[in-house]
Amino acid sequence: MEIIVCIKQVPSNSNVQVDPKTGVLIRSGIETKINPYDLFAIEAALRIKEKTGAKIKTISMGPPQATEAIKEAFSMGIEEGYLLTDRGFAGADVLATSYALSQGIRKIGLPALILCGKQTTDGDTAQVGPEIAEFLHIPHVTHVLGISGITEKAITLDHDLQDHIQTITVPFPCLLTVEKDIFQPRLPSYLLKQETARREIAQINLADLDDKNEQHYGLNGSPTQVVKIFPPLNDRSYEIWEENPEELSRKLVQLLSSKKFIQVRS
Amino acid sequence: MTSIRINHEKIVNAEELPKLCPFGAIEQNERGQIEILPSCRMCKMCIRKGPAGVFELDEGEVVQVDRSAWQGILVYVDHSMGEINPLTYELLGKAGEMARKTGQPVYAVMAGDGIRELAPELGHYGADKIFVYDFPELRHFRIEPYAAVLHDLILKEKPSTVLVGGTTVGRSLAPRVAARLRTGLTADCTQLDMQANTDLDQIRPAFGGNIMAHIRTTRTRPQFATVRSKIFPTPARNPEPGGEIVLCEISAEKLQSPIQVQAVREKARVTSLEQADVIVACGRGVKQEKDLALIHSLADALGGAVAATRPLIERGWFDPRVQIGLSGRTVRPKLLITCGISGAIQFVAGMKDAECIISINKDSTAPIIKISHYALIGDLYEIIPGVIELIREKSPVLA
Repeated sequence: MEIIVCIKQVPSNSNVQVDPKTGVLIRSGIETKINPYDLFAIEAALRIKEKTGAKIKTISMGPPQATEAIKEAFSMGIEEGYLLTDRGFAGADVLATSYALSQGIRKIGLPALILCGKQTTDGDTAQVGPEIAEFLHIPHVTHVLGISGITEKAITLDHDLQDHIQTITVPFPCLLTVEKDIFQPRLPSYLLKQETARREIAQINLADLDDKNEQHYGLNGSPTQVVKIFPPLNDRSYEIWEENPEELSRKLVQLLSSKKFIQVRS
Repeated sequence: MTSIRINHEKIVNAEELPKLCPFGAIEQNERGQIEILPSCRMCKMCIRKGPAGVFELDEGEVVQVDRSAWQGILVYVDHSMGEINPLTYELLGKAGEMARKTGQPVYAVMAGDGIRELAPELGHYGADKIFVYDFPELRHFRIEPYAAVLHDLILKEKPSTVLVGGTTVGRSLAPRVAARLRTGLTADCTQLDMQANTDLDQIRPAFGGNIMAHIRTTRTRPQFATVRSKIFPTPARNPEPGGEIVLCEISAEKLQSPIQVQAVREKARVTSLEQADVIVACGRGVKQEKDLALIHSLADALGGAVAATRPLIERGWFDPRVQIGLSGRTVRPKLLITCGISGAIQFVAGMKDAECIISINKDSTAPIIKISHYALIGDLYEIIPGVIELIREKSPVLA
């Protein structure tokens, strides 16, 4: 049995701002890390491996530096890593990203199970997993809360549907996006890090994919376009009250009464 | 293909160029030459802000859809346990508002088993046509048949825009069908508007709410957008019934799924935070768990619900379902009182549309102040007891 975990390298913090004058994105530093939600997918894969002896691979799409994220996955116990990288992928939105990843996964070979984190911390869309599954023509389940059984042929899991939970059995091949806290992710191991420091990471470029049509990737393959980015607006007028606590309590109750939030004794 | 070309001969100061790129994708290589790396996001900042003529756009061929062939705004009806999720009405309200601008119809589509009696209600909220796929195979949400239904209707009716609630079902279904149609999807929009040419203006937060992105899907149709609950107001229910109900057929084969549902269990019902008219939210200003009694008393005195910021959830003081913020709930109650909350942008993203926001915070420079309508600068431990006492004096219910 094989598992592919999709991971992404994201900025270490989301403290980005937009210069209100120039509209330029200002990032504090360019430190990166594995998207924290992906750690839960990696952990889920490792737990399944412990039960079934599955082989775990990871794929990431990004610039050459994204190999760092793959190395981090190695130090948690992932065995093989693939980097999907090409200038032709630049400017990819959800659709073009998912399509490129689905092509990359076909190139590696469709595994029994594909695992993704629930979303990334930079894009926050939570949509890439389901789109990959569509392009691969396999079922998907999002919001997976827990795994209760696994056989050669299928996986049984709890699917969060907001006000209720479904327990379902999904045959392989399939794609799951796991909720955070499905399992506590292990820390990277120093020993594994040493052992895997030189492990090769295979690069997959656009020319390696089955579909080499550049119109399907990057900005060309992206139906959504960013018209502009801007800082969150705040033009609210507000009152500041700075009296002593007794006076503040009194004024607040008066305000709440005048706005009819308190039922006044008649 | 569309790409950015570098006109090397026009470069004067190569060292300055890497600074132009917010994604670090412009680099000077060891030979001193400027290169664009695969990390380029095609934001075109270098073209706009860089020295004239150095960076230029190479336009590829663009395939443009015929916009006039796609008309109408379709709302996917989210329902569970025989009840329509109020989020659906919020989407219908927004759809109606946009449809009036462009003279387009509003459609609703619902999938399920034994659901047709729910359909008329949608007419009271402005759906002109309500398409119902009522089949036993749709009793449980499973991705393939649900995706087949939405896909089927879109191909038949050709709506220009598809609005889907950002629920667990919607966030699974919308991307699946958008990918099948090879079209654009913008997740978690916080503002929507429509151009005269039916292009949808979509605004959504990115980077944890630190920036906003304005997105359009101009070349393909339909344009998919998901919206979380309470982003748009619930429209008034029109007492007059309306809307034509269309019972749809679909081939049995499309309703098949290899996914087997073993069991369905309801989660413990907590009154959902989104439904509360009054919310008292607390944050790190509350020092110990036992001090939460103060917050609960204030909420009780106002007949409201208690909510919390992420740090308090992480301390295990509250159920995650009462977390307000980007990774929690989005609320827009009539009244929100924040106690000891500084107003991190992630929190603000989940509450800024409340009708009246009152903050109690010691720090007169906290970001929450600018979000509030009334900002009380002071210690919650000194202010709240007085408030509770005064309310009790006034209110017969609590006296």
